[in-house]
Amino acid sequence: MKITSSTASPAATPAPRLRVRLRHSGPLLALLLLIGFNALITPNFLSMQTLSVNITQVATIAIVAMGMTLVIATGGIDLSVGAVMALAGAIVPLIFLSSAGQDFPLIMTLIAIIAALGVATLCGLFNGMLVSRFGVQPIVATLILFISGRGLAQVLTNGNLQTFDNPMFEYLGAGRLLGAPIQGWLVMLIAAIAVFVVSRTRFGRYLLASGGNPRAAELAGVPVARVRMIAYTLCALLAGLAGMISVAINSASDAARNGQLMELDAIAAAVVGGALLQGGRAPFIGVIIGAAIIQLVRYTLLANGVPDEVALIVKAAIIVAAVYLQSLRGGH
Amino acid sequence: MTTLVRRHIADHGQSTGVMIGVLLLILLGTLRYDNFASLYNLSSFLNYNAMFVLITMGMCLVIMTGGIDLSVGTVAALSSVTAAGFSAHGLEVALPVGVLTGLAAGALNAFMIVIMRIPPFIATLATLLAAKGTALVISDARTVPVDWASNFTQLGMNNVAGWLPWSMLLTVVVGIALWLLVEHRPLGRVMLAAGDNEDTANLMGLSSGWARTWAYVICGGCAGLAGVFLASGFGAGQPLEGLGWELTAIASVVVGGTLLTGGRGSIPASVAGALMLGLIFNLLNFENGLGTFNLSAYWQMVIRGAFLFIVILLQVKITRPLAGD
Amino acid sequence: MQPLLDIQGVRKQFGKTLALEDARLTIQRGEVHALIGQNGAGKSTLIKVLTGVHQRDGGDITFNDQPCLFSRPAQAQEAGIATIYQELNLVGLRSVTENIVMGREPRRLGGFIDWKRAHQQASDILAGLGVDIDVRRPLEEYSTAIQQLVAIARAVSRDAMLVIMDEPTSSLDESEVLQLFEAIRRLQQRGTAVLYVSHFLDELFEICDHVTIMRNGAWVADHAISDTRKAVLVADMLGKDVNDIETHGATDFGGALEPVGELLFEARDIATRRHLRCASLQVHRGEIVGLAGLLGSGRTEVARAVFGMDALSDGQMSLEGGSYRPVNASAAIHQGIALLAEDRKREGIVADLSVRENLTLSILPSLCKGVQIDHEAERKLVEHYIEALQIKVSDMDQPIRELSGGNQQKVLLARWLATEPQLLILDEPTRGVDIGARQEIQRIIQDYRAQGGAVLLISSEFDELIEGAHRVVVMHEGRSIDTLNNPGLTESTLVAALSGGQPPTSDDGRGMQKASVRPSTSRETQA
Repeated sequence: MKITSSTASPAATPAPRLRVRLRHSGPLLALLLLIGFNALITPNFLSMQTLSVNITQVATIAIVAMGMTLVIATGGIDLSVGAVMALAGAIVPLIFLSSAGQDFPLIMTLIAIIAALGVATLCGLFNGMLVSRFGVQPIVATLILFISGRGLAQVLTNGNLQTFDNPMFEYLGAGRLLGAPIQGWLVMLIAAIAVFVVSRTRFGRYLLASGGNPRAAELAGVPVARVRMIAYTLCALLAGLAGMISVAINSASDAARNGQLMELDAIAAAVVGGALLQGGRAPFIGVIIGAAIIQLVRYTLLANGVPDEVALIVKAAIIVAAVYLQSLRGGH
Repeated sequence: MTTLVRRHIADHGQSTGVMIGVLLLILLGTLRYDNFASLYNLSSFLNYNAMFVLITMGMCLVIMTGGIDLSVGTVAALSSVTAAGFSAHGLEVALPVGVLTGLAAGALNAFMIVIMRIPPFIATLATLLAAKGTALVISDARTVPVDWASNFTQLGMNNVAGWLPWSMLLTVVVGIALWLLVEHRPLGRVMLAAGDNEDTANLMGLSSGWARTWAYVICGGCAGLAGVFLASGFGAGQPLEGLGWELTAIASVVVGGTLLTGGRGSIPASVAGALMLGLIFNLLNFENGLGTFNLSAYWQMVIRGAFLFIVILLQVKITRPLAGD
Repeated sequence: MQPLLDIQGVRKQFGKTLALEDARLTIQRGEVHALIGQNGAGKSTLIKVLTGVHQRDGGDITFNDQPCLFSRPAQAQEAGIATIYQELNLVGLRSVTENIVMGREPRRLGGFIDWKRAHQQASDILAGLGVDIDVRRPLEEYSTAIQQLVAIARAVSRDAMLVIMDEPTSSLDESEVLQLFEAIRRLQQRGTAVLYVSHFLDELFEICDHVTIMRNGAWVADHAISDTRKAVLVADMLGKDVNDIETHGATDFGGALEPVGELLFEARDIATRRHLRCASLQVHRGEIVGLAGLLGSGRTEVARAVFGMDALSDGQMSLEGGSYRPVNASAAIHQGIALLAEDRKREGIVADLSVRENLTLSILPSLCKGVQIDHEAERKLVEHYIEALQIKVSDMDQPIRELSGGNQQKVLLARWLATEPQLLILDEPTRGVDIGARQEIQRIIQDYRAQGGAVLLISSEFDELIEGAHRVVVMHEGRSIDTLNNPGLTESTLVAALSGGQPPTSDDGRGMQKASVRPSTSRETQA
């Protein structure tokens, strides 16, 4: 070890620091380039209108992606987020459209929201239980709800499109605060809490340790199983919230389509934002930037007359490029 | 000695269990429903499930090497579009076109995973999106009708000897070839070794990168062929199909007793897993037909998920005692 | 005759780190040649350069009269060099046969593997090495020793001219070592040369013909084994004068052993499902109790049970007079038990986290104000330990993976000392650590003990036990079979006890009063 230890002394320190900064600045640089490109090319890009359209679109992805980041930080993955969105999105109108909902709109809307979040939480507990107590691989464990969660939502609604007119609930999708869409504020609030939790609290430290080396963390007294359980639960809770937002935006709940492919977008945003699939990292700000990149690429192409389908291919290229650059920079 | 017995159960118990399960389900269907054992049901069941059996076998190869392929569904959709596009030239052109489409997608996966060292989950996720995008672009987001005048639809609609669909016959041929590959060819053994421990396999002088490349390429080829069946059987290229197929395939492999950790895997058991999931669907349809209770199509998804859950719980029960050794 | 292998002036650089500077190695046909050196001396790098895992940056390698430059392990194997690595050996899920023949399977018409002939070949080769097992079973069902012999069989099947063995005996028990040596002699009879890398110097005198010593990435010396003695080898490895080594010990334990305090921990007839059958031991405050035994004797299993990792299937434990039954590691930590695990990489560090985050991982609850971590208090605590244990870091936010093994170990020790444990369990605390850091770690342990801490020390290093422990509990096949008192402990009593035989009485008068005057070279006298 003699030779290596000598290089680990002060002379070598600038390198890792620089690497850390690069890791965070990569996605940001890409986002700025995209914005700059659009400002030059896309007509009417720099308008409040465009901004709020994009914020509305990016918010659901960002919220789910932050939950996904928690799970990825533990070294896991959650394929069921889209299905949980559908489930939560189906339950809300189901409750406030019922006869009791017509009689007591205010209370029942609140109850509906709580019930939807409660069901989402249960889904998360189910995933977390399978992964942390039974030791089932995350892909397989969350596959169960991926398959049956959406089916359950469709069973509940009989496969019908539920349209509604409930201003209070729709505020979640269409409301504005200080001129900006409410979801944008929600994303910032969640991100602020998430960053605080990861950098400042015991749970955050435990999360990174459990993902980085679960065995060592366990032996150091870290309650790894509980940390995983919490991560999956929070992820499902956030997915439930996103499911409600997307239903509120449309004033309609379609269990067949709500949140479809969201697991892919969320994973893509997390990875582009700098999360490592093997765990141990939770870069929330980067992940929001990642979600913004994915949304903005789609918007850029659409606004310039390139069909949505091509955007899929571009999205694929971005994901591959992001991971490839990450691996080149030597994150193991 | 008891460890050996338990290990044997862990190794082969579930595969055997699944095969017995398939037989029991068939027996149940035959006894309970009048038309279950009919030639019509048999051939339509085999025809419909040929696609899923194919992608399951491809997935099994990839999982054996310790990887995963999320792109099989959309690659099949893309192949259905390209094959349908060439259907006017007849099966002898359209089939190779469809399979080549799949092989190309598999090669792309292999390139990203083996050369660029991108994790399989991410690389094949990208291919999933790209294949879907490409399929939508070249089909203009519409189904692509096949040329009914050509012999293209025979593959997906005609039977040999009145009951065995051509699609299933081809699938069986592919299955036997893959089984031989895995059990009796060095390449297949290297796939297993690479899935067990890639570094070790390399240190042993085995070209595990080469083996993994082949696994993804073959998996892509299987998806391509499944796409040809899709276009041929439904009379149109289906750019929007295939979503969720990858997970059905993974579920089938898992039900067949193969863990996602790599280094193990059995083609026949995975096929049995796929057939079992298909049979459950088939039986539920018959049950609905009986009218004792009526389950909507949505329930079937729920039941599939619940079934997967039960299988996983059983797996945990069987493999858990071993973990303590 | 030309030597089989001749390496001259080989250089290898990793980034800015010079791993090999002037490596030399000459091996004759059919000889068993030892390669020794401390950790970081460059042995593993040299082997990897030789076998094509790494490419050299300079120097010449001639093998079998051909200049060679292997770019892949497969090329080296083709040329006749087989390597048996310490860990990553073979593929455990595949059968023994496959592990031997894979890559050169006997084929039938059509290119299909001829399994019948493959099994036959595998059994024949194994029989030639004196091994008779069912070759159809997955390799993972067999012991490490058998797996190693299978690896040798693979080399034989390739007609290897040179077999490289990296620490082959580090996880074998005594009879298995004999079996391995037998296989090596048979290899030698076939004219195969063996490059034997080992930490256990005694073995070299039993099995090797020549020895080459490396230090700091460079060749230091080579000797015919018959012309040298152990002290010379140790001196060469450390870069010290032979006479120095012979008068002073190589470890920093020692000084007068002070009287111990009251009883802290007691285990009575404990057993778990993990090869622990029946063990009893006591640890007092201010006492270091050694736990000695061969690999697989149940030493580590005792630690696992005390630390709550394995549930007891029988027996009782008590702590401070009360009953003690931890359900998991967390519970054990709460009761003031700490375990420095043997496998630093897998069970110790979280590589991507910083030194600070690793150090405070076990005491986070006490560093929290409300839900927040008190960063001020955290930094202070970390600073304190970096200074007290002389941990060499550029700053406390440096990722721990950038530290040397010895410094990582110190961070982990600090992690546990910060929990202020009553009982500190150390599983091979100085393994894989260079000699300077080793002495410092031993000093830290002594300081902790001097302040009233109790230590359970698992070690394969006799010096460490003899010089450091008040008493040594001897484990054999899952049972504690004896307790040896110190002073009075000698290497011969330990050796006798470890092998499970009746040890000579520990207070036979020949024991040393002061451990530190005992020369560590007493091992040579056995060789």
